[in-house]
Amino acid sequence: MKIAFTSRGRNLDVLLDSRFGRAPFFVIHDTVSGDTTAVENIQNLNAAQGAGIQSATTVANAGIEAVVTGHCGPKAFRVLQAAGIKVYQTSALTGAEALRQFEAGVLTPLESADVEGHWA
Amino acid sequence: MKIAVASGKGGTGKTTVALALAETLGERGLLLDCDVEEPNCHLFLDSAPARSEQVEIPVPEFDPERCLGCGTCARSCNFHAIAALGKKMLFFPELCHSCGGCTLICKTGAIAETMHGIGNLEFRATAGIELISGVMNVGYPMAVPVIRKLKEQALPDRVNVLDCPPGTACPMVSAVRDADFVLLVTEPTVFGLHDLELACDTLEELHLKCGVIVNRADDNCGELEAFCRKRGIPILMKIPFSRKIAEGYSSGRRLTECAPELKEEFEALLASVCESRQVRQ
Repeated sequence: MKIAFTSRGRNLDVLLDSRFGRAPFFVIHDTVSGDTTAVENIQNLNAAQGAGIQSATTVANAGIEAVVTGHCGPKAFRVLQAAGIKVYQTSALTGAEALRQFEAGVLTPLESADVEGHWA
Repeated sequence: MKIAVASGKGGTGKTTVALALAETLGERGLLLDCDVEEPNCHLFLDSAPARSEQVEIPVPEFDPERCLGCGTCARSCNFHAIAALGKKMLFFPELCHSCGGCTLICKTGAIAETMHGIGNLEFRATAGIELISGVMNVGYPMAVPVIRKLKEQALPDRVNVLDCPPGTACPMVSAVRDADFVLLVTEPTVFGLHDLELACDTLEELHLKCGVIVNRADDNCGELEAFCRKRGIPILMKIPFSRKIAEGYSSGRRLTECAPELKEEFEALLASVCESRQVRQ
């Protein structure tokens, strides 16, 4: 299973970004192989609009099954839901901490967007 | 002819002035409330709309039978209004600018255009004022398409008075854009002057002719007058800072109702604006 963490950097040891659409990176962790890769999302950081939609499309095209992030807006959530991707909410500071929470099963998937668009 | 009433700063008295102009013009005039995010001219007319017309924009509609799921439309959309997940297309009308790009680029003709409601035009005629108000739907983020549709209602044989949105961004620009003359309503405060300067800069970029009306004018107009002199912008009228006008306004009465002595000044103002237009031509 591949999980995407919204991140400030290219690995799980750096700060988790609480934003989904405008996170600079998605760090992708493969629970089977244990591999970690990073996908840049810089182009959406400065998008005038639709950052959440684009980010969700990026994540969907990367074959992700779960997203772990701080918050998720309504448009991103609609795309992720349509792609069958579950969104897990965390207040963990780093990706590594969020991964431990995920593996321990303490994170529950969001049933709807938890913030309005453009909340940050 | 189109006279735009704009300001930069909000709350300076655009609606007050626009209504006074429309009332002075009577049958010669038509008032268009272009402040579609918060239209309020009608609050001073005390009547329900005689009729209402939906404002619609063309947006894409996807035919799943013909769609190959290539995602070209989504990638081509500069506004990120389309998400393509294989053959599953998600569309976000509130982001769509109706450019028609997706319809053109689709190789299989899977995208047709359908109309999407974004607001209303409300028509009223009362107290000798004919008013058309643009009203944007709650939750829709773009004022410009509603303003454009509203401005199509302007009549060539009338003096169209446009009550414009505040600020200097897209809604204001689209409202003033093709005006023959822009009346900038300001007030003698630091905020009024600051935003007046922004509005003047914007109108200069647009090559529009303008004049200033000072509302709530008191003894502190010196800085404002110096600014107008420096920029070569005429001060066409001063509406006094008076308790009588403020009380009238707060009880929903129009300026010309609570200060009828200003009617003549508005007549003169209109005459000079119309004249300046002829000189320009």
